[in-house]
Amino acid sequence: MSAELKPLDNLSQMGLDYKYGFSDVEDYIFKSGRGLTPEIVSKISAMKNEPQWMLDFRLKALEMFYKKPMPNWGNTKLLNEIDFANIFYYIKPSQKQGTNWDDVPEGIKNTFDRLGIPEAERKFLAGVTAQYESEVVYHSIREDLEKLGVVFLDMDSGLRLYEDIVKKYFATVIPANDNKFASLNSAVWSGGSFVYVPKGVKVDIPLQAYFRINAENMGQFERTLIIADEGSFVHYIEGCTAPVYSTDSLHSAVVELIALPNSHIRYTTIQNWSKNVYNLVTKRAYAYENAKVEWVDGNLGSKLTMKYPAIYLMGENARGEVLSIAFAGEDQHQDAGAKMVHVASNTSSLVVSKSISKNGGRTSYRGLVKIHEDAKNVKSSVKCDALLLDDMSRSDTYPTMEVEETDVTVEHEATVSKVGEEQLFYLMSRGLTADEATSMIVNGFFEPFTKELPLEYAVELNRLIKLEMEGSVG
Amino acid sequence: MNKQESGLKISNLKVKTAGKEILKGVSLKINPGEIHALMGRNGSGKSTLSYTIMGHPKYEISEGQIEFNGRNINDVSPDERAKMGLALSFQYPVAIPGVTVLNFLKTTLKAVLDREIPIKELKAMLKESMAKLEIKDEFLSRYVNDGFSGGEKKKLEILHLTLLKPKLAILDETDSGLDIDALKVVASGISALNEAGSAVLLITHYQRILNYVSPQFVHIFENGQITQTGTKELALQLEEFGYEHFAHNATKEVNYVS
Ligand SMILES: Nc1ncnc2c1ncn2[C@@H]1O[C@H](COP(=O)(O)OP(=O)(O)OP(=O)(O)O)[C@@H](O)[C@H]1O
Ligand SMILES: [Mg+2]
Repeated sequence: MSAELKPLDNLSQMGLDYKYGFSDVEDYIFKSGRGLTPEIVSKISAMKNEPQWMLDFRLKALEMFYKKPMPNWGNTKLLNEIDFANIFYYIKPSQKQGTNWDDVPEGIKNTFDRLGIPEAERKFLAGVTAQYESEVVYHSIREDLEKLGVVFLDMDSGLRLYEDIVKKYFATVIPANDNKFASLNSAVWSGGSFVYVPKGVKVDIPLQAYFRINAENMGQFERTLIIADEGSFVHYIEGCTAPVYSTDSLHSAVVELIALPNSHIRYTTIQNWSKNVYNLVTKRAYAYENAKVEWVDGNLGSKLTMKYPAIYLMGENARGEVLSIAFAGEDQHQDAGAKMVHVASNTSSLVVSKSISKNGGRTSYRGLVKIHEDAKNVKSSVKCDALLLDDMSRSDTYPTMEVEETDVTVEHEATVSKVGEEQLFYLMSRGLTADEATSMIVNGFFEPFTKELPLEYAVELNRLIKLEMEGSVG
Repeated sequence: MNKQESGLKISNLKVKTAGKEILKGVSLKINPGEIHALMGRNGSGKSTLSYTIMGHPKYEISEGQIEFNGRNINDVSPDERAKMGLALSFQYPVAIPGVTVLNFLKTTLKAVLDREIPIKELKAMLKESMAKLEIKDEFLSRYVNDGFSGGEKKKLEILHLTLLKPKLAILDETDSGLDIDALKVVASGISALNEAGSAVLLITHYQRILNYVSPQFVHIFENGQITQTGTKELALQLEEFGYEHFAHNATKEVNYVS
């Protein structure tokens, strides 16, 4: 396997400045043709030796994908620029899954090096799966996790080894016909994680997966399913980054979480796709009685992100939280938000959304709080703060409330502010340049989010923000 | 460098903001290590002067100049001025939510010294002045001026300036809003700052701070100008007779000077 790194020398010509703008020499075993047909879907399924029911599921989903219209809300202009015929739907980088670090191909290790995956990755190595292209190439699980019966696999292996569990839960939270992109994912999914935490088991280290897109026009369609059995706890972290390409790339994941009674799932995402990527993700959780689900979601990159992590509070005393940040620079639109659906009584939800727009970037908060009839004593609080770094940038809020019950407490608070001249001057008068002062203000603004991250991620996020701020103030 | 050129020299400074002239020809010379007190009515332009010395973009110099250590700094950015050794303790310190005091101190010190200071070293540097200013350790992990009491804000300003060791510290009403004990503590912080080598421009409304800090010069500021300069005695007279008295005498004084 070639380990050579090929820097893109036309970056500046493209006007793109992306620190991860390098690309491994492509060395793929199978690359599907461009465009999407039932033949390709069948071929994907066959390559993975899937059971018949999964192939049937995929083909049915493909039909739905063909039929479903594009969403008529959000950034419809950008959505309609997606050329589905010009995308690779499957790439398999190497046949064999790595079982330990030594087996991981050199080129891929180099990629991880260049991504600056922190030392902690090595510390957590035993608990890491790293996704490279559409297939997990490296996977390992800490021995004591295994002893506890915790399953942490790529989705393909999950299906192979735990077919019963997968069959029971797969697509029960997000059906294939949920939306056009969920249909697409259901038809062509590949990779992603499968996690099962048995009853009463508390996983004390975060389970981490790294994702990366690495081929021009390649689609990434991960499928993640996490099941926390009664009384268990798990924290799952995915961090994404992608190299620069001149043509658009589509990323459309589906993530389903099932928090059984008394369990607790925290799902943390930091995504920093390169600025040509469409990131159209469906994330949804069911929280049963007395369970807690938290989505901690950071969106920094991409051209267009549409992502509204949802929590259905199905059982009494269930609690849902979405804590998210979004950063939109030039030519970027972060359309993100949260959905909280209170099905049962005594449930509570909290949404904290923070966004920053710069250089004409655009952020939108799109949220839904729905309270079913007969769901009594429900509490919901939504707080969105937008910070604009200049006059060219934009932020909008589209909150929706559907409340069918009177015994509820619903709060919604939204603020839009500009980086204050007084704050800038105060910091500059103590020696910080305008850029340094701005990134300090921005880091402070994101602090409620950052402090929820493991330290290495928090440090990396602050570093990314600093890079983003360079040259932001005249 | 020529010794005569060191320090701050403001000549015939005229400053506008929002289309209105606020400073109407200020001249002031502060030599290294000197303490100057500046007293004047509300709205006379004292904060405008301190902002302008520090380089606030809202205040436009229409005439005159500010020299620091022999260099005209009219067009120098605030962060450059900080690096040259100017610092301002704000009358109204600004909150930076989400940024801890420790991070704020560390980052700004690094910027000014152009050298990374390890946390341990920083804490050692802070220890003595924190004890003197009666600041508790937990203070370092709070967010800058976010929900601080008036007194806490002023203490942070002095702590920060003590750390930065500026050549000239401009203290804009650092003694306002303090209780008697806090006033003593902050005043001794100001003295320490001066003893460590900073010249001080002390803007105040109260003669009582001068019981703790001894200025060589006291200036009376009126309607965008320094109308009278004297010694500590002047502050006592001011306390006794009020600004009105000096407003009348001012014309004389100015005539006399010119
Ligand atoms: N940014 C501004 N926009 C408009 N007017 C301003 C601005 N800054 C200062 N001024 C005006 O200039 C005058 C002087 O204000 P300044 O704050 O300098 O006074 P001061 O002497 O510091 O008063 P105080 O003792 O109350 O602090 C006031 O009339 C004030 O309203
Ligand atoms: Mg003032």
